[in-house]
Amino acid sequence: MNREELQAMAQAELDQQQKFRCRILVCMSTPCISSGATAVQEALVEALKAGQLEAEVETVATGCLGPCSRGPLITIKAEGKADVIYENVSSDMAKGLVDKHFKAVSVPALDKNILPSDIPFFTKQMQIVLADSGAIDPEKLEPYVARGGYTALAHALREMSPEEVCQEITKSGLRGRGGAGFPSGLKWDMVRKAAGEKKYVVANGDEGDPGAYMDRTLMESDPHRVLEGMAIAGYAVGAEQGYIYVRGEYPLAGKRLEKAIRQAERKGLLGNRILESPFNFRIDIRMGAGAFVCGEETALMQSVMGRRGQPMPRPPYPAHKGLWQSPTLLNNVETFGNIAAIITKGAAWYASFGTETTKGSKIFALAGKVNNTGLIEVPIGITLREIVYDIGGGIPGGKAFKAAQTGGPSGGCIPAQFMDVPIDYESLGKLGSIMGSGGLIVMDETSCIPDVAKFFMEFCTDESCGKCGPCRGGTVQMLRMLEKITDGTADKDTIPRLEELCLMVKEASLCGLGQTCPNPIYSTLRYFRDEYEAHIMDHHCPAGVCTFSKKL
Amino acid sequence: MPETSPKTKGAEKEHPMGDPRYKGIDRVLKRQQYQQDALIEVLTAAQEAFGYLTEESMIYIARQLKLPFSWIYGVATFYHFFSLKPQGEHSCIVCLGTACYVGKAADIIASVEEAYKVKAGSTTDDGKLTLIATRCLGCCGLAPVVVLDQVVHGKETPQGAVAKVREVVAGGNGA
Repeated sequence: MNREELQAMAQAELDQQQKFRCRILVCMSTPCISSGATAVQEALVEALKAGQLEAEVETVATGCLGPCSRGPLITIKAEGKADVIYENVSSDMAKGLVDKHFKAVSVPALDKNILPSDIPFFTKQMQIVLADSGAIDPEKLEPYVARGGYTALAHALREMSPEEVCQEITKSGLRGRGGAGFPSGLKWDMVRKAAGEKKYVVANGDEGDPGAYMDRTLMESDPHRVLEGMAIAGYAVGAEQGYIYVRGEYPLAGKRLEKAIRQAERKGLLGNRILESPFNFRIDIRMGAGAFVCGEETALMQSVMGRRGQPMPRPPYPAHKGLWQSPTLLNNVETFGNIAAIITKGAAWYASFGTETTKGSKIFALAGKVNNTGLIEVPIGITLREIVYDIGGGIPGGKAFKAAQTGGPSGGCIPAQFMDVPIDYESLGKLGSIMGSGGLIVMDETSCIPDVAKFFMEFCTDESCGKCGPCRGGTVQMLRMLEKITDGTADKDTIPRLEELCLMVKEASLCGLGQTCPNPIYSTLRYFRDEYEAHIMDHHCPAGVCTFSKKL
Repeated sequence: MPETSPKTKGAEKEHPMGDPRYKGIDRVLKRQQYQQDALIEVLTAAQEAFGYLTEESMIYIARQLKLPFSWIYGVATFYHFFSLKPQGEHSCIVCLGTACYVGKAADIIASVEEAYKVKAGSTTDDGKLTLIATRCLGCCGLAPVVVLDQVVHGKETPQGAVAKVREVVAGGNGA
């Protein structure tokens, strides 16, 4: 396939879509499927058949729309009318929906399920990476191409040198979306310049942070965007082989990526002589097998090579010696999701969003004690207040906001007094938390802070790979101290000892897991020390979560 | 191509290990061209075929990939996905991700543990049910989440979860 054929394919798909008077988009991501979206789609198809409308109305299974707690969600796109989104759809509503929208029968009972599209949940977002999510069928190539897919790859291959691609990424100010925020352009350039016959591109989709599912949604809802980003990266750094490491808990993402790779290979968008250029690039999927530490880059590479996913000391960095000792470019899948848009619309456009130090947008998985839970993509620099109260719609039951946890087991809690700080890598770092991969859990007054710290430490104890002593032993000891605090057997020396141990683990651990696992304790001791003290001194849990079995 | 009698055809189907389930492993071995790097994929296939990793299957994989058995064992015990013990007929996975934890998923585990006298991570004595606590399934919008025999149930309560587990163990689908 060449560039003209790509355009022809896009046009053919658009013409095909024009044939239908109307389209019903049914969200088919994991949360909606588990609330019954498959049955809804079947019922809609049945109802359309019964009404003899199947030639005029098309039902499309799409990726994630965002407000996951309201699923199953459907969007009705009718010619010349505004889109209508329905929430909590059930299969017995199908007939009513068809009657109302295509037969002009009034069905007032359906109005309560309409989700207005002008609510802040939608209007405050800015979608770059998720632009196609919820609008296209992720199991097909054509709809992605119809929305301009693979034109960035074609443009890069024909008009740009690898060096220019790296420069463009540098200019855009894109930083690694995995959490650490390393400038992506710099990393690409390092791999490009590294000496080595074979080079590799690896996408990190091992999203282990509990409470985060941005990568899963991207891989499930728009797999071709990730593949296109990886192919551009391969061209820029001089690699011919790519791997996507998909977390084992995400079988649907693996299945859809597999399908997408085959489709792209068949059309010459991956494989040999891509788009009739001399560039070859293949992508293989590696499914993880359930180990949080594999999100760490050196451990991930061990796992790609079929070994125990234990981290290695750095340097050498993967950019110089990665997979099979060859230079390897390792980025998060969300980072790759940004690439096509940057190449198509230009670095200056991308750099116009965000703050001084951080550009573009970031996807967050908003969950916990908040009215609208789901997946959001917001411009960097938005405040926590806007996320929680405007997009999230506030706390259920009118309870008070206590803290927001970002960055999972490597991050920290942001208390209420910092709700108006613009979110970027630096500002969150100053507050003792991290941007992380994008999990954002809201906690209200009924969440107990030492208990949450204990939860994260349990997680890290479980997931520590056991290679280095400080992490293997330190996590267990920190967990014991937190258990003592929450069951009322701690004494006044516990907090200073805990702080000392946190510092040791942070300084002495080998990889990111150990170095960051004390963060949840650190940040909560900083802002919620009184809660810890109430547990120790008064045997009282202000949130009413902990039960003190031992008597004073 | 020589003609084969029905008898030799049957012999072809017989696996040298004497168990047809090894064919699933062979298929993946072939697809991965016996590359040692594909160990995790091969182990996944073995677990799918047998339900868990039997010692014989791991020895077989070690021979086929020309890797020491200790290497196979090391990888198999490193990842949470692989189990060296037989699993129950039905599985109940309770998500303990942050959102589910804040949503009191621990109470769900406790109630199932009590109802079936089983600890999280183990199987009931009659081999009917395996209870697993897992880390974030990525359905945080539906927290707390319970997965019964691969079917996801969101916004679950302790009583509701136990009722659904009873139904699944009794042979229903829990819906």
